[in-house]
Parts: sequence; structure tokens; C-alpha cells
Amino acid sequence: MSELTLKNVGMRYGDTVVLERLNLTLTPGTFCAVVGASGAGKSTFLKLLLSELTPTEGSITLGGRPLPREPGPERGVVYQRYSVFPHLTALDNVCFGLERTQGDALFGRTWGRKRRALRAEASALLEAVGLAAAAKRYPGALSGGMQQRLALAQTLALKPELLLLDEPFGALDPGNKQAAHALLRQLWAERGMTVVMVTHDLSEAFTLGTRVLVLDKVREDPHNPERFGASITYDLPVDRSAPPGAASIPHAS
Amino acid sequence: MRRLLNLQPRRPLRLALFLAPVAAMLVTYLAFSDARLAENPQDRLLPAFSTMGDTLVRMATEPDRRSGDLLFWLDTGVSLQRLALGVGLGALTALILGVASGLIPLAGASLSPLLAIIAMVPPLAILPILLIAFGVGELAKVMLIAVGVAPFIARELEGRVRELPREQLIKAQTLGAGTWLTLWYVVLPQILPRLFDAIRLSLGAAWLFLIAAEAIASTEGLGYRIFLMRRYLAMDLILPYVAWMTGLAWFLDYALRALNRRLFPWYGAEAGR
Repeated sequence: MSELTLKNVGMRYGDTVVLERLNLTLTPGTFCAVVGASGAGKSTFLKLLLSELTPTEGSITLGGRPLPREPGPERGVVYQRYSVFPHLTALDNVCFGLERTQGDALFGRTWGRKRRALRAEASALLEAVGLAAAAKRYPGALSGGMQQRLALAQTLALKPELLLLDEPFGALDPGNKQAAHALLRQLWAERGMTVVMVTHDLSEAFTLGTRVLVLDKVREDPHNPERFGASITYDLPVDRSAPPGAASIPHAS
Repeated sequence: MRRLLNLQPRRPLRLALFLAPVAAMLVTYLAFSDARLAENPQDRLLPAFSTMGDTLVRMATEPDRRSGDLLFWLDTGVSLQRLALGVGLGALTALILGVASGLIPLAGASLSPLLAIIAMVPPLAILPILLIAFGVGELAKVMLIAVGVAPFIARELEGRVRELPREQLIKAQTLGAGTWLTLWYVVLPQILPRLFDAIRLSLGAAWLFLIAAEAIASTEGLGYRIFLMRRYLAMDLILPYVAWMTGLAWFLDYALRALNRRLFPWYGAEAGR
């Protein structure tokens, strides 16, 4: 397991500063929830961690090495939408990562005994997220909650060091959301990977996170609102030993 | 009284509304045809259905006196072969160009504007060039269809590839796929049903180019035959041929749709759309 470190990271598009002076160290196994108003740069923050964007200032390291310049299997991601491939069955969606990483470079797939072992592994994962009965179904025939559980299984199949979640449960109804929370917490406890979850739901952040970051602008220029970007304004540890719901939410002024 | 835009016809009415204009057209044709034939039994412009039927049966069952071929089937086979070769060649080229242009930004930088320009060239205007380059044989006709449909399909597919959610391409990379494997396992399988749709949409144009090419330089084929028979005002052959081509076009469209449903059961019911 490896440590994620951000040193003085900033991101600007032309004259528009989105993020500035982000300093952060996440110890392995942290569940870090990132909250902030719309437009506070939450999505940009996640894209930086995914290498979908390269920071214009500062550096990000994962396990002491600079973050790879392109997305790769050391980091997994689950989005609010479009997380699973619509043309693959649930089982094939989970097999995708295993096939591509264990197959040869030309065909990117496996044959024979290796393939059977891999499919068994994928089936076990599907079972773990409660989708064993839906293995042969296409995502279009699954409910929103099932699709997100499938996306989790698909991503966790490669045992990423860093799991990135972009509003993963934002589109779910309250019941499904709670079930998904329970599942995610259980998977996280079993596997101990570092999680960074971006959400706009404060209670979700405090229910799941062991550390909650708030992104907001520290400085404002009323004449030029794009001059300053958002930074980490609150960095709140959440005591997981307390019963759920007992975590106190400090008031931001 | 309910508003017109809320009135839904029930099943019998729906059928009646569909059949009414068809019946009206048939009756009108019959009335004019009968009137002309009563005046002049040799009239060629609006032949009776029985005459058309006789002509069609003769073309389909009696060998041609000069060549010994069953002309109807010869024409159909030759035309369908040209159509299939032309559309197939055009679609394959378009698939390669469109996917490359849509997925790989470096390829798109040169292909995308190029395709936009080429798509503006009127295909029939370059038919003389094709005839000079490929001769008056089969190749020129196949090439006309291919050249005619390829830019449209390529641009369509390029757009469809770019429409694939960015999230999927990122996701594929986090699951260990590079450019090649993303192309092979994420992009291509999702583009194939859209290719079939694009082919369906381009079939109308393909028929147009086929008939144009056959009218200009050919010795057999459905388009050649109707343009040949025009000289003799042989409406008793032209009308059934037109109906037959319409039927073939409809069947091809139906077959492609059925194939799409069969091969890609997930298509049309994608997650999150």
C-alpha cells in the first residue's frame, strides 16, 4: 500500500485558476471524502488524481514515485454514470480488467485454464457485490444501484492502490444509496485501499470518510473572480470508532 | 372535444388510415388506365396490372431470345452484387477512417477536415473520372457506390465515436487497456451496430448511384433495364421493376435492422442514456 502526496498542486486554464496550493498527504487505507460547492474544483481534483489532467503547478506522488502521466490499473475509478461498458454482460464487465492485464499485448485476452480461473475470480466478485444472479445481463437491464455495484466490482477486480469515486451514488434513491454505502464500507474494510470520494452530499462524506476535505476559495477578488482558485479550507478527521452518526459536523463560517 | 394532438387512432382505424391512401392510389391508377385502354387497347403509358404481370413473368421465366438469359434474375443478381460490393467496400473504408479519426486525435487532425471536404464532392460529378480511371467495367460502378457512401458513413461514425463518453475511455485505461485494446474491446464493438445503422441510412444514396451508373454504362442490371425500356415506352416493364427495387430496398433495410437486434441485444438499451 502506498501513500498519496500532493505538494503545492495548482491547476489553471489560461487565466482561470481552478485549484491552488493543495497540500495533502493521505496515509494508506484512508477513506478521504472531498466536499465543496459546485464549481469548487472537485471534479478537477479527481481528474488530477486520475492523470486525466496534469497539474500546472506542484507535484503528485503515489508511493513516493511521481504519479504516472496516464490513467492506469494502479488507480481505479467509479463515476456517477458511464462507469460500466453497455455492450458487455455483468460478468464480462468484471472480467474486462483481468483479461486486459493478464492477456497478451496483441489480443489482450486469455485462453484455457487461465481464462477459467479468471472468470471464477470475476464470478466471486460479482457474488460479493450481490450480483451473482445478474451475471449474464447487460447493464442496460440493471437498476442504477446494481450498475454502481457492478462498477465497484469491475474496478476492484484489479485491486487498485487508489480508488477514486466521482459522486458514485449521486443518482441513487435513499434506500439504494444506504445499501451501496454499506457495501462500499465493507469492501473498503476488507481490502484496505486508499479511497478518494468526491461528493456533494455532506452526510455521505461524514458517514463514509475517515477524513473529510472541504474545497473552497480562500481568497476572493470581487473584480476578477477567476483570479484565485479553490484550496483545502477544512481538513477534518472523522473518528470511525464512534458509532455511525455520532461524528460531529463542525460549522463552517 | 379532445385536442387533435391527443387523439390516438385505435387499431382498426389505424389500419384503415394506412390502407386508405394506398387504395386511393390503386383505384385512381386503375380508373385512368381503364379509360385510356378503352380508347386505345395498344396504349403503353398506363398498362393494366395483368399486362404488367405477364411481362414480369415473361422476363422471369422465359430465356431472352438473343442471350438465353432469364433477364429479370440476371438484372437482379448483377445489381445486388454491385450494390453489395460498393456498399461493403465503402463501409469498410469508412469504418477504418471514421474510427481512426474519432478515436485518435492525431489521425483526426488530418482526417476530420479532409472528410468534411470530400463529403461535399457530388459523387455523380466524378463519375466521368471514375469511368476514365477504372474503365466502363464493373469496377467503375462499384467504385461510384463506394465513393458515394463512404464519406457519409465515415463522418457519421466519427461523430458516434466522439459521442462515446470520455469516462469509458478513461475507465478502459484504468482497467489496463491501451490504445489498441481500447479500440478493439471498447470502441469497435460499440460502433458496429451504429455502422449498420449508417449503412441503412446510406442505402437510398447507394441505390441512386447504382441506377445512375447502370443507366450510363452497363449491359445488364435493374437500372440498365428500365432506362433501356424507356426508349420503347415499356411502362409494363418499368413499373414492376420499380416496385421490385422498392421491395428489395425495403427488405435490405429490414434485414439490417433485424441483424442489428440479433447481434447486439444491448444496443438501444444502454446504461445511463
